[in-house]
Amino acid sequence: MDALKLDAVNYKELLRHYINTQDEQSLYGAEQISKTFIKNNIPPEEIVNFHIQALTELYDEIPDHIRHSMDFLLETMISYGVAHQEYQTLREQQSELKSEISVAAGMQDTLLATTKPVIDDLDVGVISVPAHQMNGDYHHFIKGKDGSLGIAVADVIGKGIPAALCMSMIKYSMDSFPEATMSPKSILKNLNRVVERNVDPSMFITMFYAQYLPAESKLRYSSAGHEPGFYYDAESNTFEEIETKGLVLGVSADTNYKQYERIINKGDMIILLTDGVTECRQGDSFIESEEVLDVIKQYAHLTAQELVNGVYKHFERLQNFQLRDDFTLIVLRKEV
Amino acid sequence: MDLQSCVTIQKEWDIVAARQLGRDIARKIGFGTVDQARIATAISELARNIYLYTDNGKICFEVIDNIDHKGMGIISVDSGPGIKDISQVMEDGYSTSGGLGAGLPGVKRLVDEFDIRSEDEKGTEIRAIKWVR
Repeated sequence: MDALKLDAVNYKELLRHYINTQDEQSLYGAEQISKTFIKNNIPPEEIVNFHIQALTELYDEIPDHIRHSMDFLLETMISYGVAHQEYQTLREQQSELKSEISVAAGMQDTLLATTKPVIDDLDVGVISVPAHQMNGDYHHFIKGKDGSLGIAVADVIGKGIPAALCMSMIKYSMDSFPEATMSPKSILKNLNRVVERNVDPSMFITMFYAQYLPAESKLRYSSAGHEPGFYYDAESNTFEEIETKGLVLGVSADTNYKQYERIINKGDMIILLTDGVTECRQGDSFIESEEVLDVIKQYAHLTAQELVNGVYKHFERLQNFQLRDDFTLIVLRKEV
Repeated sequence: MDLQSCVTIQKEWDIVAARQLGRDIARKIGFGTVDQARIATAISELARNIYLYTDNGKICFEVIDNIDHKGMGIISVDSGPGIKDISQVMEDGYSTSGGLGAGLPGVKRLVDEFDIRSEDEKGTEIRAIKWVR
């Protein structure tokens, strides 16, 4: 017996039982059988037909008006059946798409992989979490032969797949620059040219590039319109915004970037982030940047990695576990 | 194959006439109630496309009686603007009328075989076949 006939027989038996007893058990049976129908892809018009068949078999005479009304009901179900089939197909397509994107996301992880550097006097914490499957934020650590550490944080305006594709380009351009040009201002200048030539004018990339020179306890940095980070001064126990000027990447071909520097003392922290951190939303309102600092203060006694994890968990919860934008936070703390 | 009968579609009322004739033929061939209703819906969709997008078209029916199976062919012929991108109209969720119509993918689901040929500015011919189960 094929599945359709078997379903029809089961339906008839259940219906008969219900008509005789009107008990809850048969109604529970109805719930179960309707799940079976869904599993077996039985369209609604077929169920109405089961009903008509069952009635005809159970009763010798069905009044004409009932029989006609059933035919009418069957007719109205046809388009529902078609819509249901369409929904099934779309659902399959959606899951194919999802798995394709997750393969792409895995590939992105491999392509953009960077290892957290180990530097004697620097405690580094980093977290980068995409809002969707693919990450439009980018961060990278580059250890120079002279012992310096380059730190890049970038954000593509926009998120999802286009942003992620764009980031791969940034990473490979940076890899191709010779080490001699690795000063923050020249890196941004070169990247700006690459972005200006290769990226759609509607797409912008912001980037903060910093270079830490352990021998001099000095930090050099430049910014291309990137969300300002914060500097924590351990001696005065205060935070200040890292002020920078610089045009976002890709706007004009020959942009020059200003380079800044400052001396880092023991216990000081450098906090770099993307707007996914500062633009966390609680309900409809944005949080204030003081709020970010308050949260950082709460975790300041922990290691840099525990600190960034704690801050992330705080904002993840604040946003009901649904990030609205890619979230990247890097903390560097000088230990000696 | 034999016996072709056609309904010319000009007014909305002609859609009903095409459904009626198609259902009668389906019943005579021996289709069950559910398949009769599916055939009528498929005819509706095809006839509505003619009514909405072309000035001249008809729905024809043919009885198919092979040794191994019996069935019914529904043929929609028009001399309208033609379909430029057939793959696009066969995509789920694509509907030019923006309405809830099942569209051509819906027709394809309602029948067993489905084929479209279309030429720009010359017209479209759609052949759908439903076999008796």
